[in-house]
Amino acid sequence: MSAVGTEVDTHDDHHHGPARGIGRWLFTTNHKDIGTLYLFFSLIMFLIGGSMALLIRAELFQPGLQLIEPGFFNQMTTLHGLIMVFGAVMPAFVGLANWMIPIMIGAPDMALPRMNNWSFWILPFAFAMLLSSLFMEGGAPNFGWTFYAPLSTTYAPPSVTYFVFGVHMMGISSIMGAINIIATITNMRAPGMTWMKLPLFVWTWLITAFLLLAVMPVLAGVVTMVLTDVHFGTSFFNAAGGGDPVLFQHVFWFFGHPEVYIMILPAFGIVSHIIPTFARKPLFGYASMVYATASIAVLSFTVWAHHMFTVGIPLAGELFFMYATMAIAVPTGVKVFNWMATMWRGSITFETPMLFALAFVVLFTIGGLSGLMLAIAPSDFQYHDTYFVVAHFHYVLVPGAVFGIMAGVYFWLPKWTGHVLDERAGRRHFWLSFIGVNLTFFPMHFIGLAGMPRRIPDYALQFADFNMVASIGAFLFGFSQLLFVWNVISNIRKGRQATDQVWEGAQGLEWELSSPPPYHSFSEPPKVN
Amino acid sequence: MNKVQGRNRALIKRLLAVAVLMFGFGFALVPLYDVFCRVTGLNGKVTQASAPADTRLLAERRVTVRFITNNNENMPWSFSSAEKKVVLNPGQTYQTHFRVHNPTQQTMIAQAVPSISPGQGAQYLHKINCFCFDQQSLQAGASMDMPLVISIDPAIPEHIHALTLSYTLFDITPGEQGALSGNSGGRLMPAQEEAS
Repeated sequence: MSAVGTEVDTHDDHHHGPARGIGRWLFTTNHKDIGTLYLFFSLIMFLIGGSMALLIRAELFQPGLQLIEPGFFNQMTTLHGLIMVFGAVMPAFVGLANWMIPIMIGAPDMALPRMNNWSFWILPFAFAMLLSSLFMEGGAPNFGWTFYAPLSTTYAPPSVTYFVFGVHMMGISSIMGAINIIATITNMRAPGMTWMKLPLFVWTWLITAFLLLAVMPVLAGVVTMVLTDVHFGTSFFNAAGGGDPVLFQHVFWFFGHPEVYIMILPAFGIVSHIIPTFARKPLFGYASMVYATASIAVLSFTVWAHHMFTVGIPLAGELFFMYATMAIAVPTGVKVFNWMATMWRGSITFETPMLFALAFVVLFTIGGLSGLMLAIAPSDFQYHDTYFVVAHFHYVLVPGAVFGIMAGVYFWLPKWTGHVLDERAGRRHFWLSFIGVNLTFFPMHFIGLAGMPRRIPDYALQFADFNMVASIGAFLFGFSQLLFVWNVISNIRKGRQATDQVWEGAQGLEWELSSPPPYHSFSEPPKVN
Repeated sequence: MNKVQGRNRALIKRLLAVAVLMFGFGFALVPLYDVFCRVTGLNGKVTQASAPADTRLLAERRVTVRFITNNNENMPWSFSSAEKKVVLNPGQTYQTHFRVHNPTQQTMIAQAVPSISPGQGAQYLHKINCFCFDQQSLQAGASMDMPLVISIDPAIPEHIHALTLSYTLFDITPGEQGALSGNSGGRLMPAQEEAS
C-alpha cells in the first residue's frame, strides 16, 4: 500500500516512514500497517470460507448426493462457520478498528503497539492449524461451528485437538485486541475529545471490546473442557461420568450470544458514519445511539438460552428468555429509526458506501424480524434447526456484518490509498452482491418453514426448486466478490488523487488528515472543538 | 507520554484480571449449573437420600413408577429391574430390587447413577434406600440383587400420573477402564472407522 508518509516529521528520533521489505509487515507496530494486515487476512479467509460455502451450495443444487461425501459436507459446514466468524468478520472489524480508531480520536497510534503486532501474527498460525486438519486422518472437525458435545467429545475426529488449540489462539488474539482497543480509547484521546464526542464507530467498538473481554475467556473455558473430556478423562459433558451435555450448550451460548453482537455492533458504528455523510445531515439521536448500543450489549448476556428452547428448559425459563430476547428489538429499533430519521429530508446521494449502508439497514432489519419470529418460544419449536434459522443468521451476518464491513472499506479506502473510488466498479459490485445475497438467502426462509433441516447434504424432493435458486444466488454472490478484490487492488494501484475530505459531507478528525494519511499521524494531538 | 504509559499499565492489569476472572467464571458455571438443577429439580438430578416430610397416605391417588436400566458404554454387566413398573399410592413405602450379573473373569466395581423424568416430578420421588448410594462390587461370574426403597411424596402435583426412574450403570473399577469417565478406553470414533 502507498501509505508512505508525505508530511515531514519534526521529531528526529522517529522513523520517517515504513521499513522496507517483508520486515515492515512482520515487525510493524504501526496501527495502519497492522490494520492493513488484518484486512487482507480477513479478505483471504472470506474467500476460503466462501469457497467452502460454494461447495456446500453446489452439493445442495439438486437433491441426492452428487459431489461430496456427507462426512466431508459436515466438515465444510463446520469450517465455513468457524472461518467466517473467527477468520473473516472478526479480524475485518479489528482491522478497521486499528486503522480508524487512532485517527478518529486523534491518537498517534494504538496504546499497545507491540501487543498489537502479536495479536495479529497469532491469527495466521491459528487458522493454518485449523485448516491443516483437512489433511489429517479422520478429516477436519465435522461437528458444526457450535461443536455441541458429545459430537465434539465422544464422537469427534482426532483433529478436534487442533480445533481446540486453534480456538485458544484466536481467543488470545481477540482478548489482546480488545484490551488494546479499550486502552487506546480510554487513555489516548486527544484533549477535548470527551466521551460523548467520540465518533460512533469508536463507541460501538469500545462496547464490543468489553463484550470480547467478557466472553472470549468463556469460549476458551468451554473448549478446554472439551479438550479434557477428550484426552484427560474428565466428564464435564459426559452423562456417564456425572456430567451433562446440556451444560455444554449453556456455556457455549453464554459465549455465543454476545458473540453475535460482537459481529454486528461495529457495523452499526460504520453505518452511523456513512448515512450522515451521504445524507449531508448530522446523525439523528447520537446519545440514544450510544445508550442503545450499550443496552444491546448488556441484554446480550441474558438471552443465551433462546438457542436452546427445545432442550427441555422449564416454562418459566422459556418465558424469561423469550421476553428478554424480544426486549433487544427495542434498542435495535431505536438505531434503525435513528438512521431513517437521519436520512429524512437529507440531500442524499447514492455512492457505493451509501448503497451498502442502505442495503445494510434494510436487509439487517429483515434478519432482525426473522430473529423475532425465532424468539417466540412456541414457534421456535417448529423453526429450530431448520433452514429458517440459516436464513435468519445469514441475513444478519452477510448483508448485515459483511455489507457493513464492505461499506466501511469503500468509505475509507480513498482515505487509506489517496485514490478516488471508481464509482462504476463499486456499484457493479454492489448490485451483483445485493441480488446474489437475496437470491441465496431469501428462499431459505420458505424451505425452512416447510421443514427442511439444516446441516444435511441431501433433502426431500419438494425443496428442490428453492434450493436450486439459492445455489444460483450463492454462485452469483460468491463470484461477484472477485469484483470486490479487483476494486480494492486497482484502487490501491492507481486512481485520481482524493481530497482530504474525500466525501463532500464527511465529518471527523480522520478527514482532516491528508489522503493517504502520513505514516505517523497526530504525533502532536489535534485540537477538538 | 510516561503518564499515559502508567495509566495504560494500570488499565491493562485490570482488564487482564477481567479476562482471567471470566475464564474462571466459565468453569464456575459447571458447579453452578449442578446446584441450580438440584435446587429446582431440573434434569431429574435429585440423587440424595430423602424421606418425605409429609407422611399422609393418599389411597385415592395412583402414580405409576417405571424402572429403566442402562449400561454405560463398555460396561459388561447384565443389569435389569425385577419389575418393569409399579403403581403406588403417594405416601406408600415400596421395596423392589434390581439384578446384576458380572460375566467377566475379574472382580469389578460399579456405580449406578439415577435420573428421574419428568424433571418436575423428580423432587417428589423419594429414594429412602438405594443401591445407587454406594459403589457395588461383584466377583467374577457372580450375581446379586440390589435393593431399592422408594416412596412418593403426597405433595406431588395433580397432573403427574407417571414417573420414570432410570439408572445407568458405570464401570468404576480402578485400572485401565478409568474412573467414571467411560470415554477414555475404546471410545467410538465413527470418522476414524470409516477412514481405516
